[in-house]
Amino acid sequence: MRRLSLSDIAKPQLLALAFILVLNWMVFPGFFNVTWQDGRLFGSLIDVINRGAPVAILAIGMTAIIATRGVDLSVGAVMAVAGAVAATSAVAGQPLIVTLAGALLVGLACGLWNGSLVAFLGIQPFVATLVLMVAGRGVAQLITEGSIVTFSDPALIFVGTGSVLGLPMPAVIALILMIAAHLVMRRTAIGLFVEAIGTNLSAANYTGLRARTVILGLYAFGGCCAALAGVIAAADIRGADANNAGLWLELDAILAVVIGGTSLLGGRFSIPMSVLGAVIIQAMNTGILVSGLPPEFNLIVKASVIILILVMQSDRVAEVVSRRFGRMTTRGK
Amino acid sequence: MNPRYRPLAATTIIFVIAYAICISQYPSMWSTRVLGNFLTDNAFLGIAAVGATFVIISGGIDLSVGAVVGLAGVLVAVLVSQLGVHPVAAFVIVLAISAAFGASMGAAIHFLRVPPFIVTLAGMFMARGLASILTQDSIPIDHDVYRAISGLYYRLPGGGRLSAIGLLMLFVFLVGGIIAHKTRFGSYVYALGGNPTSAALMGVPVARTTIGIYALASFLGGLAGIVYSLYTSSGYPLAAVGMELDAIAAVVIGGTLLTGGYGFIFGTLIGVMLQGLVQTYIVFDGTLSSWWTKIAIGLLLFMFILLQKLVFSAQGRGPRLKRAPA
Repeated sequence: MRRLSLSDIAKPQLLALAFILVLNWMVFPGFFNVTWQDGRLFGSLIDVINRGAPVAILAIGMTAIIATRGVDLSVGAVMAVAGAVAATSAVAGQPLIVTLAGALLVGLACGLWNGSLVAFLGIQPFVATLVLMVAGRGVAQLITEGSIVTFSDPALIFVGTGSVLGLPMPAVIALILMIAAHLVMRRTAIGLFVEAIGTNLSAANYTGLRARTVILGLYAFGGCCAALAGVIAAADIRGADANNAGLWLELDAILAVVIGGTSLLGGRFSIPMSVLGAVIIQAMNTGILVSGLPPEFNLIVKASVIILILVMQSDRVAEVVSRRFGRMTTRGK
Repeated sequence: MNPRYRPLAATTIIFVIAYAICISQYPSMWSTRVLGNFLTDNAFLGIAAVGATFVIISGGIDLSVGAVVGLAGVLVAVLVSQLGVHPVAAFVIVLAISAAFGASMGAAIHFLRVPPFIVTLAGMFMARGLASILTQDSIPIDHDVYRAISGLYYRLPGGGRLSAIGLLMLFVFLVGGIIAHKTRFGSYVYALGGNPTSAALMGVPVARTTIGIYALASFLGGLAGIVYSLYTSSGYPLAAVGMELDAIAAVVIGGTLLTGGYGFIFGTLIGVMLQGLVQTYIVFDGTLSSWWTKIAIGLLLFMFILLQKLVFSAQGRGPRLKRAPA
């Protein structure tokens, strides 16, 4: 592992997060206050990582998919399906392990469905996952029979609201998943495979890479991540709401991945940076809430952030900038 | 038969068969009342779907259309009910704003060279956010013009009503078909969807066409929003949430290729009608719950995507075999 240099710390995402946090602190002076109460930490900062965890988990699964020039639009619907499965299983009195396994298996099945449409039928990822995005909520409502299934299983509720070493459980799960996924990507050849497929699919095929299997696996992993996020979201409100669970979160997840610097044109990705992207989004959400602005501003702020990132990532803008500051960048290299 | 009409024929045949099955179960579905309601209830979806067809033929995608419908409805309601603007003037203002909104998305797609789905995603957030800031509640519209338009209909034999907004949808499909198949702009759209690089080399004004396509889609989104406000006599910021997916589904079911360069405006009408048929069947059945609509539309979407794949991979087999190295 190379040493941390100044340029690693001064990444634009970290600067953006710092900027947003300072902005939040200016509109709400108590933003950085963290207190210890009833064996856990409390405060706006803790709230940011707690609330940001589901999107962070979705973003972990989405990163590698986007790195292969794909996208998974169905994660919100899969969250609803997994939440519905977990809730009905908990109501039926199953132990936590069965509930979790059931939800994750359903997520895996959804991911395999998406993955086989993309990898084996060659359907555009955008379209392939649209099918499940449309039908998934219907399936979730089928499972919950149209009502909101509430449960009181303490083990399942702990997944959404419990705490470990004072940190909220969802954040702990997201952190463990992030480290595990990052190690699998960077300590094995899988990350290289993903980048090869994203850069040039035919070239990857000609080098003997089993691109289809890798893509199938990535979508399956994405489905599992969505299921995990769905269980957390359901456990958090102690019920499965087929209509609203994970609504619009697919967009937040894509946004988190893009903020994290993963290229939509494939070939370059970083899972920890995507998680950072999710934290940035949640910091904005919380900031708008604590500042007293109506939550509707959230959408406009998110849209502006997307536009800002698009302008920054654009080749043409980069050309103009490098022409003007050309000497500085060449000297830097 | 010309092979390029095959997907269109397949969609039409499937619609006829599906309708026949519905009639065999519920004979009362064969009436002008049901047909008239088909058109009225799906008018806003149909109008927006015409715009989506243009975008998809050009190889793009527009996720913002549902949000534009919501924003247009709210704008009309605010202008008419709160500011006292005459509805016709309000319509003109709203259509101009919608077209400008679409044009700026098209400009961003072309000049920043980013995938359309990201730009229109931002557009969707923006439009919903603006609509929610204008109002968070449903604003009722009570105006003589509104009552007059809602009361306008042509009585069909058998008691069915061909309403003004239903007729407007058919008119939009007609004009859309003429633009797509008979004008220079239409040919540019097909050329862009077929291959943007060769289109540019052939002298297609790519920037102007891209901006025009998204302006047209949002213009029709605005028109759909006005129709929706006529249909419900109100403006609501969360109206037509998720409608962009229904519109895309209608386009795909109508035989338009999602990779662009191929498709028919008329097919989209069949796609909209097929979705209406599913909903009407569920209403007639009474025991099926509304969530079956989503599952049925998802299945239809999957079936047609698969069909497209089969038809077009069969067509593309010849050249691919030739290209394969020995």
